[in-house]
Amino acid sequence: MASVVFYFQVHQPFRLRRYSIFDSDTTYFDNWRNETICRKVATKCYLPANRAILDMIRKHEGRFRVSYSLTGTVIEQFKRWAPEVLDTFHELARTGCVEFIAETYYHSLAFLYNRDEFVAQAKKHRAFIADLLGQEPRIFRNTELTYNNDVAKVVEEMGYDAILTEGADHILGYRSPNFIYNPPNCSHLKMLMKNYRLSDDVAFRFSNRAWTEWPLTAEKFAGWVDQINGNGYVCNLFMDYETFGEHQWADTGIFEFLRALPEKILAAGKNDFLTVSQAVQRYPSVGEVDVPHMISWADTERDISAWLGNSMQANALHDLYSLADRILDTEDATLIHDWRKLQSSDHFYYMCTKWFADGDVHKYFNPYESPYDAYINYMNILDNVRTRISTRAKS
Amino acid sequence: MRVFMLGWEFPPHISGGLGTACFGLTKGLDEVGVEVVFVLPTAVPIASSHVKMRTAANLTGTRPGSAFSAASSSSTDPTQHVFHHVELRQVNAVLQAYANPRVSSAAVQKMVAQVALGKSATPQMLGMFQTQMAAAALAAGADVPSGQFSQGAGAHYNGDLMGQVYRYARLALELAERETFDVIHAHDWMTYPAGLAVAAATHKPLVVHVHSTEFDRSGDNVNQQVYDIERAGMHGADKVVCVSHLTRTIVASRYGVPADRLDVVYNAVDLPNGDEWPMKPIRQDEKIVLFLGRVTMQKGPEYFLRAAKKVVEKFTDVRFVMAGSGDMITRCIQDVADLKIGRYVTFTGFLRGDDVGKIFQMADLYVMPSVSEPFGIAPLEALSHNVPVIISKQSGVSEILTHALKVDFWDVDEMANKILAVLRHPPLQRTLRQHGHIELRKFSWRDSAQKLSSIYSSLADRRN
Repeated sequence: MASVVFYFQVHQPFRLRRYSIFDSDTTYFDNWRNETICRKVATKCYLPANRAILDMIRKHEGRFRVSYSLTGTVIEQFKRWAPEVLDTFHELARTGCVEFIAETYYHSLAFLYNRDEFVAQAKKHRAFIADLLGQEPRIFRNTELTYNNDVAKVVEEMGYDAILTEGADHILGYRSPNFIYNPPNCSHLKMLMKNYRLSDDVAFRFSNRAWTEWPLTAEKFAGWVDQINGNGYVCNLFMDYETFGEHQWADTGIFEFLRALPEKILAAGKNDFLTVSQAVQRYPSVGEVDVPHMISWADTERDISAWLGNSMQANALHDLYSLADRILDTEDATLIHDWRKLQSSDHFYYMCTKWFADGDVHKYFNPYESPYDAYINYMNILDNVRTRISTRAKS
Repeated sequence: MRVFMLGWEFPPHISGGLGTACFGLTKGLDEVGVEVVFVLPTAVPIASSHVKMRTAANLTGTRPGSAFSAASSSSTDPTQHVFHHVELRQVNAVLQAYANPRVSSAAVQKMVAQVALGKSATPQMLGMFQTQMAAAALAAGADVPSGQFSQGAGAHYNGDLMGQVYRYARLALELAERETFDVIHAHDWMTYPAGLAVAAATHKPLVVHVHSTEFDRSGDNVNQQVYDIERAGMHGADKVVCVSHLTRTIVASRYGVPADRLDVVYNAVDLPNGDEWPMKPIRQDEKIVLFLGRVTMQKGPEYFLRAAKKVVEKFTDVRFVMAGSGDMITRCIQDVADLKIGRYVTFTGFLRGDDVGKIFQMADLYVMPSVSEPFGIAPLEALSHNVPVIISKQSGVSEILTHALKVDFWDVDEMANKILAVLRHPPLQRTLRQHGHIELRKFSWRDSAQKLSSIYSSLADRRN
C-alpha cells in the first residue's frame, strides 16, 4: 500500500505600494495590484482547481482526499475580492475528504526572530481556520516549510500531531521521504517529508518540453507512485496550489492531469489517498530525523538563504522585529495588523540577490525591478511605522 | 587578421568614454591576436601615455615629405601595458572629440554624398574625392608639416572641425596606401569620412563603431552636417557596431540602417590589479555623492543637482561632488546658488589620471543621471573602485548591469529617494558593492574584442 498525501499551499501576500522616503501617509499596501492579482489567480487557478478537486472527490466517492493550508492573508483577500473562492473552500470542507493545516497567519518568518510572535500568529491562524472552516487543524507547516528541531519542539508544545517539511537530500541522505519520521527532541510529534522529485515533476517540470519525461501523463505518474509499494508508506506531494493554472497554465493540460490522476492511482487497487492526519494515524514513525539547521523547500539550496541570504534581508528583518514590543504596547489594532502584514516572507524574498542560479523563479514573482528597489521601498515603510509608534507613545 | 583602425583619442588624453573604449578594445584585440594599426590625429600627444607602443610619440617622418609620422617606443616603465599587435599612427589632423563644429563649408555636404557613393568609386571619382579632401584641408588652414607639431599648438583646437575631419580622412587615405590590412574599423562620426575613403580606395570591408549619435549629444537639435556624415558612414559600412541595444534602436530608427547590418558589442572595464579595498582617507562624517562626466545637456547634471536639493532636506551629512567640465558648468553653478545648496556642493573641474581614481575612492555613491547615454563606462569604473552606482535607465549600461540602482533621469524624486537609501542604509551600500564587484567580472574587453574579431572574420570571408 502506498498512500498519496496531497498538500497544497494557498497564499497571497499583501504587496506593498511604491513608497518613497518623501511619503508620509499610512497606506502601505497596493490594493489595486493585490485585488488584480487575487482575481486573476482566482480565475486561472483557485476556482477551476477547487472545482476539479470537488468533482474528483464526488466521482471517487470519498476515496480521493487532499489537504490544504490557507494563509490568513489570502483568506482576507478572498473575503474582500473573491468571496466565491471561499464558498468553494467551504464546499470542500463539507466533503469530509479535505483537511486544513495550520501555519502562521501572516506567512511569516517570525520563528527566526521572535518565538512569542510566532506562537501568537500560529494561534491566531488556528482559531481563524476553526471558525471559518469548522475544523481545528491538527497538523502544522511553517512558512515555506522552514524547519529545524527547535520548530518541531515548539509546534509539539502547541499541541499538534505532526509537522511538514522538505525531504532535503542533505538531511535524509540514503533514507527515503516515503516514510514517517519523528524529531529527536519530541515525544509524539511526527514528520512528513516532501517527496521533492515527484512533487517537482508536477509543480516545475510538467510543461517543460526539454524534460525527457515530457509529456507527463497521469498513467506514467501513477506508475512512479506505484513503485513506492514495498519501499514506503506515503508519497508526499507538497506544492503551491498556484501550480494548477498559474505556474502551469491551463493549456499545458495540468487540469486534465489533475482530473485523470485519482483514477489512475486507485486503479492498481493497492494505493490510496490520505489526508495528512490520516497518514499520521495510519503509519508509525520509522525513526528519528535530526535537523539542527534551518531547511526549507526553496531553491536548490533548500535552506533559508532566499529570505535571509544578504545583508539587506538581515537588516530589514532585524529592524522589523526589533519593533515588536513597542508595536504591541500601542495596542493599536490597525498598526499591529500592518506590522504583521509586513512580516510576510514574500517581502524578503523580493530582496533576494541569488539571481544567477535560481533567477527565473525569483524574477517571475517579483513585483519590483530589482531586489534593491524592494529593500528601499520596505525600509521607507518601516520608517513610517516607527513614526506611528512614537506618535502613539506621545498621545 | 589585421585591422586599419581609425580613432581620435587614446588615454590618457581623453575627454570622454571614447578613448577609454578604444584603449580597451585594442587591448582586447591584442590579447586575442588581432593586429591593429591605430590611426590617431597628432593633437593627442602620445609621448606621455602610459601605454608602451611599438611606434609612438615623436613626430619623425618615416617618409620624406609625408604628413605621417611614426616613432619608436620611448617608454621603458615595466609596469606599463604592453601591446604586441597594436601599432599607433598619428596624422596631423587636429580633432577635438566633443567640440561643436563651428564653421560650415559648402563642400562638405557634397563630399559626404560623394563618400557615400565611394563604395563603388571609380578611379576618377576617387581622384575627385581626394581633390575635395585637399580643398577642405586647405580651407581648414595650412598643413602642418610633419614633425613640427608642438603640444602648445592650441590654435589647432576649436578650428574648423569639419575641415579637420576631412583632412584627417585625406591623411588616413594616404597612410592606408602604405599599410596592408584586411578590415577597416572607424570609431564615431569624425572618422567615418576617413573610413569611407579608405574603403573606397582599397575595397576592404568597413566597420563603423557607434559610440554615440548626434541625437544623444544634441537631443533633437541635431547638427545636420554631423547627422549626414553619420548617416553616410553607417550606410556605407558593411557592418555597424553599436555599443548597446539602446543605440542600435536609434541607429535603426533614426538613420534607417537595415537590421541585418547592425550588431551590438558592449564595452567593458579593467579590474584594478589585486583585491582593492582601499583605505579611505580620513575625513569628516560626511558622505560623498559623485557626479563624474562632461557637464553637458546629455549627461543630465541639472537632475543631479535637483535631486541633491531634495536629499539635503532629509539628510545633511552629505557632499555632492561634481567632477567634470562642459558647456553647462556655469548654469550648474547658477542652479546651485538658486537652489541654495552651495554648502553641500563642490565643483572640482575636469579630473584626469590618478585624480579620477582618488575621487572614486572617496565616494560613497556614484550617480549617472544621463539623459541619453549610449553605453556609459564610468559606472563600471565606479564599481571597480567598490563604489555603488545609480544609473539612468536611459543608458546602454543599464541593459547589462543588474547590481545597480536605476532611475529615469527625469524622476528627481526617485533619484533622491535612492540616494537617501544608500546614504542611510549601510547594508544596501554593502550589498550593491559586493555583488557589483562580482558582476564586473562578466564584462571583459577580451570578450568584446572576441566578438569584434568574429565580425571581422565574417566580413573578410565574404570578400574572399
